[in-house]
Amino acid sequence: MLDFRLDEEYEALRKTVEEFARDEVAPVIGDLYERNEFPYGIVAKMGRMGLFGLPFPEEHGGMGGDYFALCLALEELARVDSSVAITLEAGVSLGTMPLFRFGTDEQRAQWLPRMCTGEVLGAFGLTEPGGGSDAGAMRTTARLEDGHWVLNGTKAFITNSGTDITGLVTVAAVTGTKENGRKEISAIIVPAGTPGFTVSKKYSKVGWNASDTRELSFADCRVPEANLLGERGRGYAQFLQTLDEGRIAIAAVGVGLAQGCVDESLRYVGEREAFGHKIGEYQAIKFKIADMEVRAYNARLAYYAAAAKMLRGEPFKKEAAIAKLVSSEAAMDNAREATQIFGGYGFMNEYPVGRFYRDAKILEIGEGTSEVQRMLIARELGL
Amino acid sequence: MNIVVLVKQVPDTWSERKLTDADHTLDRESADAVLDEINERAVEEALLLKEAHGGEVTVIAMGPGRATDAIRKALSMGADKAVHVSDDALHGSDVIATAKVLAKAIGTVEGFDLVIAGNEATDGRAGAIPAILAEILGLPQVTQLRKVTVEGTTVKGERETEEGVAHLEASLPAIVSVTEKINEPRYPSFKGIMAAKKKPVTTLTVADLGVDAGEVGLGGAWSGVIEASPKPPRSAGQRIDDEGVGGSKIAEYLVGQKLI
Ligand SMILES: Cc1cc2nc3c(=O)[nH]c(=O)nc-3n(C[C@H](O)[C@H](O)[C@H](O)COP(=O)(O)OP(=O)(O)OC[C@H]3O[C@@H](n4cnc5c(N)ncnc54)[C@H](O)[C@@H]3O)c2cc1C
Ligand SMILES: Cc1cc2nc3c(=O)[nH]c(=O)nc-3n(C[C@H](O)[C@H](O)[C@H](O)COP(=O)(O)OP(=O)(O)OC[C@H]3O[C@@H](n4cnc5c(N)ncnc54)[C@H](O)[C@@H]3O)c2cc1C
Repeated sequence: MLDFRLDEEYEALRKTVEEFARDEVAPVIGDLYERNEFPYGIVAKMGRMGLFGLPFPEEHGGMGGDYFALCLALEELARVDSSVAITLEAGVSLGTMPLFRFGTDEQRAQWLPRMCTGEVLGAFGLTEPGGGSDAGAMRTTARLEDGHWVLNGTKAFITNSGTDITGLVTVAAVTGTKENGRKEISAIIVPAGTPGFTVSKKYSKVGWNASDTRELSFADCRVPEANLLGERGRGYAQFLQTLDEGRIAIAAVGVGLAQGCVDESLRYVGEREAFGHKIGEYQAIKFKIADMEVRAYNARLAYYAAAAKMLRGEPFKKEAAIAKLVSSEAAMDNAREATQIFGGYGFMNEYPVGRFYRDAKILEIGEGTSEVQRMLIARELGL
Repeated sequence: MNIVVLVKQVPDTWSERKLTDADHTLDRESADAVLDEINERAVEEALLLKEAHGGEVTVIAMGPGRATDAIRKALSMGADKAVHVSDDALHGSDVIATAKVLAKAIGTVEGFDLVIAGNEATDGRAGAIPAILAEILGLPQVTQLRKVTVEGTTVKGERETEEGVAHLEASLPAIVSVTEKINEPRYPSFKGIMAAKKKPVTTLTVADLGVDAGEVGLGGAWSGVIEASPKPPRSAGQRIDDEGVGGSKIAEYLVGQKLI
């Protein structure tokens, strides 16, 4: 019952992605990151090896795996680079998963096969310039008019929304008022290139520089009524479910980054000398690395445990929030310590730890801030 | 098309590789073992040919028990089935013995059209197995190819040399060996990994193949590795700061080394 060994096929997948990250991502990502370029080549290769289809059934063009398989792949990618990991994470768990979960047969048939191969990316538009944590306060509207949804409003910070291969954005919008007076929020599929849908230029970001993040605006943007995703008025609830799962995936990304800091530090302290000794011989450095390993290890157990509950079909809201919180803090702490261990070189963009440092902070913000995770955990405890 | 791919498990070039002190055979415990990269390319080429012409891909590996990992990887990439020759008597076999055993193993695959091998294994680096196999099996060999195509009952290939490119062909069945220029091997997908668990792997001993155990292994080897010493570590380079005379300093150095 209490067995954390990976099954043979999970381990084979983990190893394959580890090799992929080492051989295909590590050599090129520094350059792409520096130039703020989306990693099209890497995405195409990840697509060919089926990573975008990992948790989806074969009948939809997927790999017949599960969400945990996706998490393992994310962890291994993030050990080397987070922009690539988040492109996969957002593509699968925010882009494709809602369509798979809530889409009609037609919607699934139209989108899933090409999304599972990474040829087409989907994005998920919930956050607005006026607020993300309180997503229920959103202002984007969609009104039904002669068989079409007419969208108006703005979405902020949307991952994968402006690439050459973005096929659609699932947009959360207010579609009316419920009987109890609250907003009726629904999800609507807006294909890329729909008139009235504009994608801004890329944000200038602190980190995740090879990932695509944009502001989206909708001005009388019309899509067919059939583009409603799931039930009318269930949009918000659906998004929340998507986010619960996504938190486990983000936790896996954080663990990867935290472990990547350990990997890089171990290599460096065996080479760098100061005061006549390898810096790895000093206890102050050893203890830092021991603590870093402990954080990565704890966070991994937390996301494994949350994923196990999810796969068993049990409630996992609290566990997912714990995993996301622990892991993003582990990533942040490890990135700070790894940068410290690298000294001046740690502050240089040419070393991966510099990139890890810049990429760690967003993990405490995206897909629910650390404060939001604590709110969720407290709520689950009945507070 | 019925294709056989010869795959060898070798120590990972990413880890430290060494020979055992006792008998100068490979120290298989000291390094991670992986499917040789050149053999990943051989498998990839077989899969491409299968995708173009249909048929079946069988991988054959001779190696200790844990060579099943290398076999599993080839099956995850998409090969259909495997033959694993595993026998303690094989420890320390030289190239001749290895080729004899592989020839027998190939014989168990009914109606094969093409055998694909790597041009040279990254550990032994004999680069001789394909040629010896061709001799034993009495088949044409087209080696060191950067491109392979099959048209009807003919296999055509391109071999790149310093001087240019040679275009070669042979009639099937034949043996080809491929170089690292042949293709970029695919990464196994999760679907492939799952499917590999159900694919048939036949494990055979030398006795099963009708080979005399005395002809193989260290005892039966016609050649042996006498000694092996690690490469001396590269000495630190000499650093020259360019203060306007860097070019002439480099020239002085090269003259000192009698290089110019
Ligand atoms: C690079 C990047 C990619 C992103 N990708 C996407 C995407 O693909 N799709 C998408 O929809 N969104 C995306 N986001 C948005 C992200 O999810 C939000 O930024 C996040 O949810 C926080 O929302 P906010 O920025 O509006 O902050 P706010 O909600 O304004 O929060 C500001 C601060 O107040 C705190 N706070 C808020 N409410 C409370 C409270 N009740 N008690 C205590 N503290 C509180 C917050 O924790 C935070 O510290 C992305 C963001 C970034 C930076
Ligand atoms: C350092 C070292 C030096 C050696 N030197 C010699 C030597 O000089 N003479 C000698 O006779 N032996 C030598 N051996 C033993 C030799 O490596 C083994 O017999 C080996 O199985 C065959 O040689 P190779 O791998 O170098 O073959 P290569 O001819 O380099 O291999 C070419 C291809 O043949 C196929 N192949 C080779 N071996 C196998 C296998 N076991 N299973 C499936 N396919 C296979 C693969 O497709 C491979 O890519 C040496 C071994 C070591 C470790």
